[in-house]
Amino acid sequence: MLAYTLRRVAMLVPVLLGMSIIVFMIIHAIPGDPAVIILGQKATPEAIAELHASLGLNDPWYVQYFSYLKNIAGGDLGTSIQTKTAISKEIGPYLAATFELTVFSMLFAIFIGVNAGILSAWRRNSWFDYTAMLIALIGVSMPVFWLGLMEQWLFAQHLNWLPSIGRVNARDPVESISGFYVLDTILARRFDQLEDVFKHLVLPGIAMGTVPMAIIARITRAGMSEAMASEYIRTARSKGVHEFMVVYKHALKNAFIPILTVIGLQTGMLLGGAVLTETIFGWPGIGRYLYSAISARDYPVIQSGILVIAVIFVCINLVVDLLYAYFDPRIKHR
Amino acid sequence: MEDMRKKTIVQTFIGLFAFAIILSGCSSNTNSNSNGSKGAESSPSASVDAASSPSASKGNKILIFGRNSDSVGLDLATTTDGESYRVAVNVLETLVVYDPTTKGVSPKLAESWTVSDDGLTYTFKLRQGIKFQDGTDFNAEAVAFNFERWMDKSNPLHNKDGFPYYESIFGGYKGDAQHAIAGITVADPYTVQFKLTKPISSFLSNLAIPNFGIASPEALKDTSRDFNKSPVGTGPFLLTDWKANDTITLANNPNYWQQGQPKLDKLIFKVIPDQNARLTALQTGEVDMIDGVNPEDVRTILQNGDLQLFDTPSLNVGYLGFNTAKAPFDNVKVREAIAGIVDKQALIDAFWAGTATPAVNAIPPVFMGYNGDIKDRTVDLDKSKQLLSEAGYPNGFKTTIWTTSASRIYMPNGEKVAQALQEQLKKINIDAQIQTLEWATYIDKLISHDTDLFLSGWISDTADPDNFLAPLFSVDNTYNFSGYKNEEVNKLLQQGQVETDSAKREQEYRDIQELLFQDAPVVPIAHAKYFVAAAKGVSGFVISPTGANESFADVDMN
Repeated sequence: MLAYTLRRVAMLVPVLLGMSIIVFMIIHAIPGDPAVIILGQKATPEAIAELHASLGLNDPWYVQYFSYLKNIAGGDLGTSIQTKTAISKEIGPYLAATFELTVFSMLFAIFIGVNAGILSAWRRNSWFDYTAMLIALIGVSMPVFWLGLMEQWLFAQHLNWLPSIGRVNARDPVESISGFYVLDTILARRFDQLEDVFKHLVLPGIAMGTVPMAIIARITRAGMSEAMASEYIRTARSKGVHEFMVVYKHALKNAFIPILTVIGLQTGMLLGGAVLTETIFGWPGIGRYLYSAISARDYPVIQSGILVIAVIFVCINLVVDLLYAYFDPRIKHR
Repeated sequence: MEDMRKKTIVQTFIGLFAFAIILSGCSSNTNSNSNGSKGAESSPSASVDAASSPSASKGNKILIFGRNSDSVGLDLATTTDGESYRVAVNVLETLVVYDPTTKGVSPKLAESWTVSDDGLTYTFKLRQGIKFQDGTDFNAEAVAFNFERWMDKSNPLHNKDGFPYYESIFGGYKGDAQHAIAGITVADPYTVQFKLTKPISSFLSNLAIPNFGIASPEALKDTSRDFNKSPVGTGPFLLTDWKANDTITLANNPNYWQQGQPKLDKLIFKVIPDQNARLTALQTGEVDMIDGVNPEDVRTILQNGDLQLFDTPSLNVGYLGFNTAKAPFDNVKVREAIAGIVDKQALIDAFWAGTATPAVNAIPPVFMGYNGDIKDRTVDLDKSKQLLSEAGYPNGFKTTIWTTSASRIYMPNGEKVAQALQEQLKKINIDAQIQTLEWATYIDKLISHDTDLFLSGWISDTADPDNFLAPLFSVDNTYNFSGYKNEEVNKLLQQGQVETDSAKREQEYRDIQELLFQDAPVVPIAHAKYFVAAAKGVSGFVISPTGANESFADVDMN
């Protein structure tokens, strides 16, 4: 198990290397000049040339790439062209914001998605099954920005139940310790503020969690339908096991591998930052960070940001793979 | 089928409803957005008791300003983006400020000034008794210190990437051939003298550009401080917190030199990138003010009794440009022909929601030297066809209209404007394709003159025509996107920069506009308005035509 984990971690190196080359070549191939964006209306040709020189943009791309690699190997993610701040220093709060929202979205998606899938499989071809699967179909194809704006319009503007933007009421900001506001407010024993933080998570969480929820519901239904038709289920029932245990213990555990795969993939994708959700809800997450970096051609931020996201993605996949063994002891990691 | 889809949408919403009810704990009025103003009423004068209570010490008058994106850096000297000015002008102040009513400058940190007859020496008397936010004195030494930092490349505090505004406004740095400031002398602790190498007619209005805000020398010298992230000036507000891409919090500067200001306890700038979400947040009371208002939302705001709208004609122009270096647009008749089909009012009604002013000249009417005698072309398709024939294109030609997907204040929706123009061009047999590019790519294309027809614009920092016409129409200027070369215009532009006789100067700019109108390197379309929306309780805000650089010193909430 340990050897397997180490081997998987070692495999990160070629994956990240290949990815970084691709990212590097793409961002240098697209037109646009960070110096022009930074200097704006006051760009004299001299100023642009000076800035190019000081940013090291005059070197050929492979020279730039190797100096970047050298820095990464030394643990240095580089410095943002725009804000002139070390990326390793900047990226933390963005990751924390996205992480918090992702956890909330996925909890919502898993709770609703798995249960809806189970119920659909348990009562196949019932009206609940049809409705749930239709909603799931709509959920998969729902444009996230539309859903987000509708939520804001209904729950914030009309009903005034929930806040429409941000992570917390800006009039009463959270003293940030870890960057995870749920944790920070608990540490500070500000439970009124914790409630506020949760309220701020609801609308973006649902907007972001809807697509994963729908996918999870459909996968769960498929897996559970198969499991429920197995002979061990009939055996369990004939032994007089309570139906709830039949469904949630016997069937679900056996059907869970594909569900887990989907959950892992979706979590990884959400952690990569959902630009649209973050934009609509004014959520200062990693997606916004990368998006503004791309708009400004902030090369170091684009490269290192994508690198960090890739590492997270691979790690989540690793965790999922390791969890397979728990759900199906026949799987051995060697 | 349609019905069924509707039904499921309704069902989806019922489902979401139910979920939200569970999560919000059914408590109605949970989001009663504790408007800072409510608390303020209860403690207008903070007694000793009130001051020691947590709510009073936190400060009750908190104004939240929602805006499109975060500031890049708050060292004004290095700033080039509006979102950075928006915040930093409340921390750092300039010697003089632009006065929208007189269209001239009025005193700020400088109390008064005199100009020598030859226009080469400017002597400023500084206001006394002002302290920087770190407690050090503001005086002539501090002013000279700041200018030395900007102009002298060998100064240890000179920015390694330079000071783009200083470089462009004052012709480079110390030692450069075109550098305009020969030296700065401290005559006495509160008198500072600028010696120029040549007269600059716009020198005073240049000093009013927010970039030349005076920073605390002690704070600049402090190497442990990242001045760009934590500026120290003389302004009404102190920077207390900056959460990147989220909020910047400014607090009341209790030692501010102007009596009774600032009125707010806290001023928070909050990033809400989406235009619709920003307006929603204003309507729900989560924020008190917003900028970047979509012209199409103006009516919604005006109809809402809880909101108010500030607007001003802004110092900008949105235009249709020609790549004059390239056939067929090197032919003035072709340019005239196209200028004669642009229905400006119709475009404005459709894509600026009727809120902009049709543009005749590049500079807006509020500018000194605006030529109001020029009568704009009327839409005349027959005349345009005639002109095209004379130019040798009786059957028209194929071309491309370049535009950007980025919304700019002077061109809120370039792609739709391009589509409308495409339709108009068809009527005179010009077959135009539309190319819409993302902002950074687009700027690249414009600067490298890799365009045909293009939509662009300009926002001025001051109401001085030099700040507008010189970049757009000087030969080989980076921002002369149309590649326009007219030696006469170029000469007049250079004369305008050094002319000290204001009547003569005005005439020079009037002549320039006349020549530009005849040559038509661009077709000015609109001078867009700039909007800020606020909750009804906000008072004392004066909107500035030069854009996102309003002071909040006098802004109050009740």
